[in-house]
Amino acid sequence: MRPSLRTTLFLAPATAWLLCMLVLPLMVVIVFSFGERGAAGGYVPALTFENYGNLGARWAAFKNTLVLAPLGTVTCLVIAWPLAYFLAIKADPRWRTLLLILVIVPFWTSILIRSYAWIQILGGNGLPRIIGELGLGRPRLINTPFAVMVGIVYGYLPLMVFPIYVALEKLDRRLLEASSDLGSPPWRTFLQVTLPLSLAGVATGSMLVFILLMGEFLIPQILGGGKVFFVGNALVDLFLQSRNWPFGAAVAATLVIVMLVTVTLYLKAMKRLSGGRDDVALM
Amino acid sequence: MRIYALAVYLFLYIPIGIIALFSFNAGRHAAQLTGFSVQWYAKALENPFVIGALKTSFTVALVSAVLATLCGTMAAVALQGVRGRARTIYDAALYMAVMVPGIVIGIATLIALVTVFDALNPMLARLFGPGAPQLALGKGSLIAAHGMFTMALVVVIVRARLQGMDRALLEASADLGAPPMRTFLQVTLPQIAPAVLAGFLLAFTFSFDDFIIAFFVAGSETTLPIYVFSSIRRGVTPEINAIGTMVLMASLLILIAAQLILRRRAR
Repeated sequence: MRPSLRTTLFLAPATAWLLCMLVLPLMVVIVFSFGERGAAGGYVPALTFENYGNLGARWAAFKNTLVLAPLGTVTCLVIAWPLAYFLAIKADPRWRTLLLILVIVPFWTSILIRSYAWIQILGGNGLPRIIGELGLGRPRLINTPFAVMVGIVYGYLPLMVFPIYVALEKLDRRLLEASSDLGSPPWRTFLQVTLPLSLAGVATGSMLVFILLMGEFLIPQILGGGKVFFVGNALVDLFLQSRNWPFGAAVAATLVIVMLVTVTLYLKAMKRLSGGRDDVALM
Repeated sequence: MRIYALAVYLFLYIPIGIIALFSFNAGRHAAQLTGFSVQWYAKALENPFVIGALKTSFTVALVSAVLATLCGTMAAVALQGVRGRARTIYDAALYMAVMVPGIVIGIATLIALVTVFDALNPMLARLFGPGAPQLALGKGSLIAAHGMFTMALVVVIVRARLQGMDRALLEASADLGAPPMRTFLQVTLPQIAPAVLAGFLLAFTFSFDDFIIAFFVAGSETTLPIYVFSSIRRGVTPEINAIGTMVLMASLLILIAAQLILRRRAR
């Protein structure tokens, strides 16, 4: 079917915008990633795989990311699941919408300012001092992987809660009743009905959090104090400090490839879980 | 269960409360509460750098959100008439726009624009002589980069609403002899209005709060998040708390409004 003139006209601005500000820039990244670094930084056209061969030079950043991003995702999941369950099944329906909004909304506010709050809490004059006054010594919390993990959970918890909530809310209550009528103890209903039916939400939430964590820069920067280094921090360094654009482009391209692989795996898993439906919800 | 939920809510909101609490602190040091004062708000609002950054952020957020809402809504409506391969490609592009990490969008936009500008600026100079306008990163690139992402967001939100719409209404309108444009203005538009408004509010707050894309494409401009980031590097001060409190409260209010609009009318 050929789209009508009106459809074409309506789509034109959005298409132009996506082409100029998404497709073109991403293609430039790919082209640059095969280039060479200029003497004063920047880009010299070339066709070399050297940048990709050098990825090992930033192995520490990849390693940190590949350890802390899954760890952060799992921590978010463990904390988010019971809350989503509470909101979807146990909470008073009159308050449900408000409670849900109160979980989602922080995600859309400034992560910069919310991470800043944790500098005050975890910094020398915050929790460590309180712990010190209790006579338990003065642990150093800020600028540690622990602080980064706290920031990650704080920042991304809402994104995990919402999809799990959506999955649990759709759950047919009659299944729970049927299970208990047939004599299953509550734990068995939980393991065999509730948990499996929430897996689609778990997959969506985990994928969203994992992808965003892969590109995270602010939380390790602010709460890790440059000691806990993510791929995102390596990218900022490569583009804004050492100006090694081709190598930076290769790191960015690798990041996007890892992300695309994750999404593809996710979509495959989702197909199996939900029989072809695809409910990616960001809001 | 309830206690657990309460604990999570406390975890989510206590840090915000702490920012607010220390913004009213009388003392210079962020460590000890020494009395109530609004002096840091006054200090922040008298600081020309803060005001300048606020103006930049506000302009960029407003212009990018208006353009994104306009183009995004048009695209969402038009996409209803697109099927097959074209639709798949479009959906993939929108998906990429939403899912590619902000840092990659920022970097990609930076190197693409700098490369394009480097190619175009000598041409402009040759065409218009020494006083020729020079392309550079700034408000324009901020608006373009923020708007690209938020436009995709608007498409997703408005499209969800369109899909939930009763098609019988459109058919009724057409059967009663209304031309397509009239059906659109009198039937479709009022139906999707809440989603459009919510999309606009989200687009605005995203742009206003965004740090990572702006960090790369702002050029010599300073947005409020960039100002806050560079201040944090210099240390914790009650002035940042005052700015943070204002920004958080403003975005919380806007976002709760957006969510209420989206949810109430969706019933």
